[in-house]
Amino acid sequence: MSLQSPIGRVRGLGSAKEGVHHWWSQRLTALALVPLSLWFIYSLVVVTGADYATVVAWLANPLNAVLMLLLIISLYYHAALGLQVVIEDYIDSEWQKIACLILVKFLALLAGLSAAIAVLKVYLGL
Amino acid sequence: MAEFTLPKNSKVKPGKTFAMAEGSTNKKIFRVYRWEPDSGENPRLDSYEINLDNCGPMVLDAIIYIKNEIDSTLSFRRSCREGICGSCAMNIGGTNTLACTTAISEYKGDVAIYPLPHMPVVKDLVPDLTHFYAQYASIKPWMQSQTAPPPDAETLQSKEERAELDGLYECILCACCSTSCPSYWWNSDRYLGPAILLQAYRWIADSRDEFTGERLDDLEDPFRLYRCHTIMNCTNTCPKGLNPAKAIAEIKKLMLSRTL
Repeated sequence: MSLQSPIGRVRGLGSAKEGVHHWWSQRLTALALVPLSLWFIYSLVVVTGADYATVVAWLANPLNAVLMLLLIISLYYHAALGLQVVIEDYIDSEWQKIACLILVKFLALLAGLSAAIAVLKVYLGL
Repeated sequence: MAEFTLPKNSKVKPGKTFAMAEGSTNKKIFRVYRWEPDSGENPRLDSYEINLDNCGPMVLDAIIYIKNEIDSTLSFRRSCREGICGSCAMNIGGTNTLACTTAISEYKGDVAIYPLPHMPVVKDLVPDLTHFYAQYASIKPWMQSQTAPPPDAETLQSKEERAELDGLYECILCACCSTSCPSYWWNSDRYLGPAILLQAYRWIADSRDEFTGERLDDLEDPFRLYRCHTIMNCTNTCPKGLNPAKAIAEIKKLMLSRTL
């Protein structure tokens, strides 16, 4: 039961003065993913069926390693931003929402960093 | 989670049928959502058979015919009957629109009529728009300026500046767009919705208003503005042919241009 006025409810905690960066980042990463995904699909076609040494040599090429790192960063950043929106849209309960947001960000960082380190390991020949 | 099914006490049950006299011609069936808060019963869908020869051409004519001639317990809002007051906004044949500007002949077969979706219902086809109007008030829908208006004249606007308001000033706040928006369904407690954002842009775009920055400050919020995911139901359903999605996109562009 609340006797708060309708306008009081709408004005609520005020504006967060935030959201532009999230919105812009989501669009920038989407834009970056267009050429990077095309390059990745092309590369998959090229290395399909090749032996292990050839694939390692392909990834050790600086251009391929840089593009692969860019793909990984854009992809996981974009995924984290997108999933954040889905969670904010559909999950009502405050603590469940915050728990999911933390989980998604941690998982994106974990998966992205693991993938990036795998690429670096091959590139640096460790 | 957002609720995707109706709660048990909101499930729509089959209702009464008001049949036409034997031998009547030009029959059209209207299936109308009915709910009475005092009865304690679930909402039901009543069927009214109408002889179109006795009734005007618009859906609102049929609804008024039902109330006058068949069942006076039916509640709905209406006023101007020419698409300028926005009172008779309802969901007809699955689309939010104004009953007064929609012809019965647009519908093949039965015509299903429900109140605007996902709003609290007061009775039958009357939704509770209190929150919607409070959201409108929250964007300060009036001219704000630091410069005092000239004591003996209007604040002038060039023809080009006035043209910026075309496609915005025509909005009659019928709430068809906001109540068609899934984002508004799930998050209307914080998301302002297409109608209010179009109205907000109407003042942002007005060359005579000097509080654009403050207006943008108030909208810059992950929920108030950025719950819009360009679903475009708003533009699709607007009975006045306006484009709220474009107005929202313009606000997002201004948000960006003040950071870049």
